[in-house]
Amino acid sequence: MMRATPLGRLRDTALPWLLPAAILLGWQAAVSSGLVSSRFMPAPLDVVRAGWEAGRTGELWTNLGVSTLRALAGFVVGGGIGFALGLANGLSRLSERLTDTSVQMVRNVPHLSLIPLVILWFGIGEEAKLFLVALGVFFPIYANTLHGIRSVDPGLVEMGRVYGMSRAELFTRVVLPGALPSIFVGLRYALGIMWLTLIVAETISASSGLGYMAIQAREFMLVDVVVLAILIYAALGKLADALTRQLERACLAWNPAYRSA
Amino acid sequence: MLLDAVRRETLTDPGAELRIADAPAAPARSRPLSPVPAPRGIAVTASDLRKSFDGNAVIAGLDLYLPAGGFTAVVGRSGCGKSTLLRLILGLEAPTGGRIALEGPEAGPRRSEPPKRIMFQEPRLLPWARVVDNVAVGLSGHGSRAERRERALAALAEVGLPDKAGQWPATLSGGQRQRVALARALVSRPGLLALDEPLGALDALTRIGMQDLIERIWLSQGFTALLVTHDVAEAVALADRILVVEAGRIALDLRVDVPRPRRRGDPDLAHLEGRILDHLLGAPQGA
Repeated sequence: MMRATPLGRLRDTALPWLLPAAILLGWQAAVSSGLVSSRFMPAPLDVVRAGWEAGRTGELWTNLGVSTLRALAGFVVGGGIGFALGLANGLSRLSERLTDTSVQMVRNVPHLSLIPLVILWFGIGEEAKLFLVALGVFFPIYANTLHGIRSVDPGLVEMGRVYGMSRAELFTRVVLPGALPSIFVGLRYALGIMWLTLIVAETISASSGLGYMAIQAREFMLVDVVVLAILIYAALGKLADALTRQLERACLAWNPAYRSA
Repeated sequence: MLLDAVRRETLTDPGAELRIADAPAAPARSRPLSPVPAPRGIAVTASDLRKSFDGNAVIAGLDLYLPAGGFTAVVGRSGCGKSTLLRLILGLEAPTGGRIALEGPEAGPRRSEPPKRIMFQEPRLLPWARVVDNVAVGLSGHGSRAERRERALAALAEVGLPDKAGQWPATLSGGQRQRVALARALVSRPGLLALDEPLGALDALTRIGMQDLIERIWLSQGFTALLVTHDVAEAVALADRILVVEAGRIALDLRVDVPRPRRRGDPDLAHLEGRILDHLLGAPQGA
């Protein structure tokens, strides 16, 4: 095992970034030397310059803000409904018999295939994006919440009953914490799907946002802006993942699998 | 009796008051007669108890009386219905027929706090609650938060784990987890403690330590203990009465009169253990 010396810690933090850094350097070298035409692939420095430019004019921040707001709104709506229905179906047989078959049927429709229909319904306004993101986020949250509740140790539930817990206590102290690891898995899936859906929707039909910025850049052959947009997606995805990890670590500290090393 | 008669006589006497005041016997009567605290256990009566699952009779017309404060062990082969019997007594299962009555100081008026507790084969601790909070589960929301914590800490000290209060259950050993489960069962001062093979998963030495702990706490608290086990040696070491259950009925009802503390390997205990094992294994009964 590595000791926790300052040097060891530095190596630990630096190690995951080694490969991306090498790729960046290779990329810069390939474009600068003329090996790759900058018309197809801008050099990293050009991308940075494009980012600086877009940031200076405020275009980048406006689009980033618009996209983030859409993503969060869709996430809250879809995730909220998915979580509530997952809880309901996990706790009530009746509710599950009533809705689960339908949910499973809808789940098998790729939600992005609904884009033409959604555009017909909502045009290219905010509703269309909200609807698609919410739909995409709904399923992983629903399925994992349901699974989490189902997989709570029945022995613990029996213990709670025998020890006189009320139904509400049983839920908050036994069922929900027991389902939490699975709910977090759903959350991470959902965050991935959230960005994916939003970017696709914005690329196809939007008048603002990151996806729109990228597709506009393509019109004007601004390949550096296109790459910039792609890199921002990567950063946003990573950011969402890191936040979830932090949340997991805080909420699941009892679980040896999640304890920070 | 005699004292009563004397007192009644003196009360009828006009000058009685003075004499009562200095009668040495009167105040002595109001004090407990022995240094052992009065039994606060629950007595259990089961009559013609029946339980069947899908038409299979698991308990087939069983009559049983457990006096308050006794330590009874139920042994039998697996599938004989001993765990079902325990679950019926605790009200975890509803009987198919017959009835169970619990009577004790706390069994009647205060229905809100069930005076019976169970210790399962597995510790069944909440992995997401600290050890002290797991113990406080046994108080099921009674009293203030600080009060519950204080009682939980006291119960932890009683089972010898005062320094583990702030830990997660995952960091404890199997024996320590089962001790936390014992503290959780005892923290509400139950009148009836049911033990459903609670030591089955522990190694031999930890087991003996736990048996001593359970015996010590039972002696000091005076609850009614009901131990279900398939380890005859454990039953013989702990109980003052052993019931052998076969095919849903009590096949053998034995008193264990060996005084405590009992020494492991005591010949009387070994003899008794042999007798029960012979019975269980179907060999002709000796002695």
